Amino acid sequence: MQASTSGQPLAQQIQGRPLATHRPRLVLRARQLRKSFGGIRAVSDMSITLREGSITGLIGPNGAGKSTLFHLLSGVIVPDAGHVELFGVDVTALPPHERARRGLVRSFQLAREFGALTVLENLLLAPQAQCGERLLPLFFRPARVTAEERQVYARAREVLDLARLTPLRNEYAVNLSGGQKKLLELGRALMTGCPVILLDEPGAGVNPALMGLLTDMIRRLNSEFRKTFLIIEHDMDLVARLCDPVIVMTDGRHLAEGSFETVRKDPEVIRAYLGGGAVADV
Amino acid sequence: MILAQGLNLQWGITGMVNFGVAGFYAIGAYTGGILSTRVGLPPELAIVLAAAGAGVVGLIVSLLTMRLREDYFAIVTLGFGEIVRLLALNEDWLTEGPRGLKISVRPFDFGLTNASYALVYLGAVAFTILIIYVICERIRSSPYGRVLRAIREDDVVASVLGKNIVRFRVQVFAIGSIFMGLAGALFAHYVQNISPDTFMPMIAIFIWMSVIVGGYGNNRGLLLGAGIVMVILEGSRFLGDFVSFVNSQQLASIRIILIGCILMVVLRFKPRGLIPEPKFSSPFERTPD
Repeated sequence: MQASTSGQPLAQQIQGRPLATHRPRLVLRARQLRKSFGGIRAVSDMSITLREGSITGLIGPNGAGKSTLFHLLSGVIVPDAGHVELFGVDVTALPPHERARRGLVRSFQLAREFGALTVLENLLLAPQAQCGERLLPLFFRPARVTAEERQVYARAREVLDLARLTPLRNEYAVNLSGGQKKLLELGRALMTGCPVILLDEPGAGVNPALMGLLTDMIRRLNSEFRKTFLIIEHDMDLVARLCDPVIVMTDGRHLAEGSFETVRKDPEVIRAYLGGGAVADV
Repeated sequence: MILAQGLNLQWGITGMVNFGVAGFYAIGAYTGGILSTRVGLPPELAIVLAAAGAGVVGLIVSLLTMRLREDYFAIVTLGFGEIVRLLALNEDWLTEGPRGLKISVRPFDFGLTNASYALVYLGAVAFTILIIYVICERIRSSPYGRVLRAIREDDVVASVLGKNIVRFRVQVFAIGSIFMGLAGALFAHYVQNISPDTFMPMIAIFIWMSVIVGGYGNNRGLLLGAGIVMVILEGSRFLGDFVSFVNSQQLASIRIILIGCILMVVLRFKPRGLIPEPKFSSPFERTPD
């Protein structure tokens, strides 16, 4: 357990990940993913790559298959066809917790905090492979469990400060506001130590005051902690400020990719957004 | 109370609905009885083996059913409890069927009189409850228990955060089953005569009530809850001495009604039980603010 009291060793931990042979390094790659629900093909032959250290945006009209793609990438559902590679290792057949071990964590469209746990507990829970989560050390190595818990606690306090949740740390998470829950989820993702973070609409239901804090936090995690992000977002403002590149999805397919400025002028993208109203507004 | 401890671990903390409490209880009782009386093992060893046996069965049941959704899982456990009871009823060669299994040996027997033996037995059971309480508290208040509660709240998110929810569930179900089997074996060696109708699904209901009344997720609360349910259940037997106008059959029903009423009152005014799940406070907190 490499828990620490500063962000620096965390970053080292990430750099210690297996290196791909080529540059720029691809942390996540999905090829030809396909998933149908009944007669509806939610995702069809979708391929996507994430460059290390990028904040990649994923946009598209409702029903384009963005959330389904997230489910496939994180292992919550199994694809009908296609492959997912994480740091060059095929993880298609692995359940979500194995992917987390290998460095991928995600948030959900509607914040899914553990309501009956306190804010602090939500964070303490997140680090991987804690020895206090196994029965034998729990009963026979109590000192080690306590020492580790102390480290995890120290780290959680830093994350609380980062998310400005310190005064609320002993509240039940269910009592947080929508925006605070989103911050908590982001903090929880940071606590896992995973270098790849998928965020499903982090800006949804967040009031303007917290929005600035949220975007700052994503940017800091990206620059200081070297986290790679894939972000689904409908708030084009947020996408424009944070994301490069931006991937456009429609009808379960990859439509366009490039900087925000490039894709917003792409005629196909404008057509996908029903005559372009939504994009022209931005 | 031991049964309630087992159930609290499975349901109160982890959110696994087990209606098959009676089944594991019966397995413990019969395994213990058969091993000590038929096989001739020392009864203390038989009790330990019975608990282990129930744990192994719990392990198998949970491994087989782990992919099921919560509600289907609950139905399977209910069915499992009935299967055990019907097996005990019909497999005459093993369990003596409806006549009941006589257990002729007594554990912790140092040639005592019946009255003092009962006290010794009570002490042994109380000691067992204490040990299990310590184990359950350690689990509940640890990082392990934190994951269990997270699984209860939202298993998909727990999984996404890197927790192997199948491992946790199977382990917890097996541990809970061990406690239930232990309770069964202790009970069997005390009453010395067990028959399948002791292990009706009703047992599960009483245990459930204990956990609900006491407060789910709280090891102290459920001891209180189990105490209350037992006092009403057993204590109201003596009610007949004071109230002359009801016959014994009516009295039996009144006891059940009484428990039902208490359950409703508690749920109305204390929906999370008499002693709710304690709130977490980190031992490393120094400055309260």
